[in-house]
Amino acid sequence: MPLNLLQKLEILADAAKYDASCVSSGGEKRKAGSGLGSVTGQGICHAFTPDGRCVSLLKILLTNFCMYDCSYCVSRRSSNVARARFRVDEVVKLTLDLYRRNCIEGLFLSSGIARSADETMSDLVRVARALREEHGFRGYIHLKTIPGASPELLDEAGLYADRLSMNVELPAEAALEKLAPEKSPVDIKRGLARTRQQIEASSERTRSRRKPPPYAPAGQSTQMVVGADTSSDRDILRASSRLYASYALQRVYYSAFSPTGHPSTYLPDKPAPLLREHRLYQADWLLRFYDFSLSDIEEAMPGGMLDLSVDPKLAWALAHREAFPVDVNRASREMLLRVPGLGTRAVDRIIASRRHATLRLAELARLSGSLARIRPFIVTPDWRPAGLLDQERLKQRLAPQPKQLSLGL
Amino acid sequence: MLTVPLPDDCTPEAFRTAARKCLAQGLQPDEVIFSTSSTPSLFEEVGEESGSKLDMVVPRSFLDMMRKVLCHSASDRFALLYRLLWRIRSGERHILGNVADREAMQASRYARAVDKDVYRMHAYVRFAEREIDGKNLFVAWHEPQHRILQLAAPFFMDRFTNMDWLIATPVGTVAWDGRSLLFGPPAIRPSRTGDEVLDEVWRAYYRTTFNPARLRVKAMVAQMPKQHWATMPETAQIPELVKTASLRTKAMGEQPPDAPPRFAATLTERLAEKPHEVGDGTPLDLLRGQVQTCRSCPLYGPATQPVLGEGPLNAAIMFVGEQPGDHEDLTGKPFVGPAGQVFDRALAEVGIERSKAYVTNAVKHFKFEPRGKRRIHMKPSAGEVSKCRFWLQREIAAVKPRLIVALGATAMLGLTGRAVPVTKERGRILSSNSLSILVTVHPSYLLRLPDADLAALEYKRFVEDLRVAKRQLGTA
Repeated sequence: MPLNLLQKLEILADAAKYDASCVSSGGEKRKAGSGLGSVTGQGICHAFTPDGRCVSLLKILLTNFCMYDCSYCVSRRSSNVARARFRVDEVVKLTLDLYRRNCIEGLFLSSGIARSADETMSDLVRVARALREEHGFRGYIHLKTIPGASPELLDEAGLYADRLSMNVELPAEAALEKLAPEKSPVDIKRGLARTRQQIEASSERTRSRRKPPPYAPAGQSTQMVVGADTSSDRDILRASSRLYASYALQRVYYSAFSPTGHPSTYLPDKPAPLLREHRLYQADWLLRFYDFSLSDIEEAMPGGMLDLSVDPKLAWALAHREAFPVDVNRASREMLLRVPGLGTRAVDRIIASRRHATLRLAELARLSGSLARIRPFIVTPDWRPAGLLDQERLKQRLAPQPKQLSLGL
Repeated sequence: MLTVPLPDDCTPEAFRTAARKCLAQGLQPDEVIFSTSSTPSLFEEVGEESGSKLDMVVPRSFLDMMRKVLCHSASDRFALLYRLLWRIRSGERHILGNVADREAMQASRYARAVDKDVYRMHAYVRFAEREIDGKNLFVAWHEPQHRILQLAAPFFMDRFTNMDWLIATPVGTVAWDGRSLLFGPPAIRPSRTGDEVLDEVWRAYYRTTFNPARLRVKAMVAQMPKQHWATMPETAQIPELVKTASLRTKAMGEQPPDAPPRFAATLTERLAEKPHEVGDGTPLDLLRGQVQTCRSCPLYGPATQPVLGEGPLNAAIMFVGEQPGDHEDLTGKPFVGPAGQVFDRALAEVGIERSKAYVTNAVKHFKFEPRGKRRIHMKPSAGEVSKCRFWLQREIAAVKPRLIVALGATAMLGLTGRAVPVTKERGRILSSNSLSILVTVHPSYLLRLPDADLAALEYKRFVEDLRVAKRQLGTA
C-alpha cells in the first residue's frame, strides 16, 4: 500500500532527527521581494521540543533508503526501519505550506544514498532549485552534501543553499572504516575542501569588481557522533581543531550517540551521556571564543576525557589556582575570559563599564548574573576571596549538585 | 507637581514632544508625573512651552533604546526615560555606556524584555489559512507581553510580502494587504482556530522530530514559556510526549538487534561484486590510485588527501618540492599556492614550460598544526620523508627524467636519503644513484624573506639556478 504524505513525513523526519544542527543563523539578509520568505541573519527557533532542542527548519530526509551500512545510523541498509521516499514536489509543498504558517525558517534536507552519491546529490539539488527558481522561495535552505558526489553537483548546491554540511561522523578514520565501511574519509574531506574553496572564491571580488553570486553564504558545518566508537574527548577535540583550521567551518556539531530502536549487531544501543556532549560544546566554545588553546584544555582533562562534574573552564581554573584571583577592575580581557562564570558578554560589559566607574560586587552581580561561581576567582575593592581559592573542597562547592531531571510540567 | 497625559500606545514622537516640553521648562524628574490613566489627575497639566527653545542633542543609542522601552508594559517606563533624559541634559551623556548605572540598567532590561517579546512574536505566531470573500487570508492570534506590534510587524511584511495576513492580539491588530501595514484596535481571542496543515503536518512533524531519549523539559520551557503554548497548536502534544518518553526509551534499549530487511542482502552482494576502483592506464595513474590509501605514516589523518606529482609521463625534467601546502591539500594538485605562483613565474622567465615538466613533492601529505581558522605549515620529519621515498622513487621510475631539480633540503633528503647543505651545493648538478640532481632553494623560502632587497636578490639567484637546469637539458 503506498504511503500517504503524512506517513512519509513521520518516517523521514524520524530518520533526520539525529542530526544535531537545526540553526538558520548567519549568511546574507534577504527579504521576500516578489517571492516568499526572508532571512534575518539571526535565525529563529519557531518551537522547542521536549528534548530542549530548537525547531528552526523542517529537517527531513528525501529518502531513507540507503545502500550504506553505517552501524550508528538508523537508516543503514541492515536496519529494518520503515522506508519511504519523498517526491521532489512533496518536499517543496511541505516546505512552503509550513513556511507560510510561520512554523519554520526553511528546509534542512538530507538523504540516504539510494543508488549513488551523484544521483542522491542531484535529487537534493533539484529540490533546492525548484524552491528557489520555480517558487521564488527566499527562506533558509540547508543542504547536506553527499561524500563522493561530483564537484559540479556540489558547486550547484551552494548556489541555492544558505548552508552546506557534510558529516565527518567519527573523529578517527580507523573507527569510521569499522563502523561505516563504505564511507571514504578522503571523499568526506575532499567535499569539505571543495566547499571551502567555493565559499572563499565567492567572497573574492573578481577583476571586473563584480561580486560573484553568493555561495553557501551561511558557510558550512559538520557533525561528529560522540560515543559510538572508543574515541576520547581529546581525540574529538583534536579532530575538530583540525577541521576548523582546514575547512573554514562555522560549526562542528557533536551528537551524543542515541538509541534508535534499531540496534546494529556491531553497536549496542547504549546512549552516550548527554553531559559529555555538553562538555564538548563548552570546550569547543572555549577554543573558539575564549582564547583557550587545545593544550590549555588538554591539561585539565586527565585520561583524555573532560571532567563531567565541572565545566572545562572551571576545571582549568581549579588546575591553575596560582593565576587567580583576578582584579576585575584591572585585568586584561584575556584574563577575565578565564574567570569561571564570566561569559564573553559579561566580560565586554565589564570592560565597557569600568571605564566609567570602579566595579564593586554589587555592580558585578548586575553585570554577570550570579556571583557564586565568580567570587573565589576575583578581587574587587570590597571583596577578596581570602582562603577560598586554597580550599580543597572548592571543586565540590562549585560543582553543580547532581539533580534528578524534572519531569513535571 | 505637574502631569503629562500620554496614551498607552504612546509613539516615540509623542513622548519626545512631551519630554522636550518638560525639559524646556526645566522640570525636574520629581516634578512631573507621566500618566496614561484616563482618570483625571489631581495635578495641573504641563503647559505649552513658554517660547524657550530646547537645544539638546540626544545620542542615537538613546533613541534606539527609547523606542523599545516605550513598548514595555511597565507603568514607570516614561518616568525612567525622563530621568535618563534629564541626566543626559545635565551632562551625563554616556550613562547608557555605563552598565553599572542602576537606571541605565533598568532601561536596558526593559529594552531587552521588549526585544525578547518581539523575537517571540516572530517565532511563535502561527498563521492559519482562511478563505474570506474569495480571498486567501492568513490569520493568527498571538498574545505578546508588551505593546510590540509596531516593532514586530515589519518582519512579517518583509517575509510574507505576497500574502494577505492579519495578526490579532490583546494589544491591537496588524494586517497587511500587500501594500501597507494597517494597525487596528485590540481584539478578543477568536473562538475558531485550527488549520489543516497545522493540525496534521505540523503537529506530526513536531512530535516526530522530538527524540525521547533526550528528554529535557526544563530547557524547553525556559526557551518557550508556557504563556505562548495556547496559541501554538503543536504544544498540546507535549504532556503526552513527556509522559511516554521514558517508556519509549526503555523499549528502545531492550530492542534486540535488527533482522536485516531482504534488500540489504541483495545490496551487500551487489556491493561486493563491484570491482574495486584502481587507477588503470599509465603507471602514474596506477600510482595515483595506490597512494590514496597510503597509511605509512600518521600524516594521512589530518590531511585532506595525498597530492601526487603532475606532469607528462615522458617529462625530461622533474621538480621535487617539500610537501603540499594549504592550497595543494585542498585541490589535490602540487604547487598551486603562493609558492607555486613564484615557481611558475620563475619557470616562465627561464622559458621552461610547466606543462612539460613533472612537478612533485618529497612528502605527499600536508603536515600542519591547526591554529584557529588557519593551518600552520610544519616541516616533515626525517622519518616521514623516508617513508614517503617509496612514492617518490616510483614516480622517478615511471617518468625517468633526465634531470631532477631538488627544491630545498627536504627534497634532497627525499631524493638521496642524505642531508645535503642546500646553500653550499646550490646551482650545481650532483649525481646520486645514477640520477642527475640540481639543487636550489624552495620557492617558499623566497616568500619568507622579510627584506625586499634580499628577496629580489634571492629570486634572481633562484632564476639563475633554473637557467642552469635549462642549459643542462639543452646540452644533454
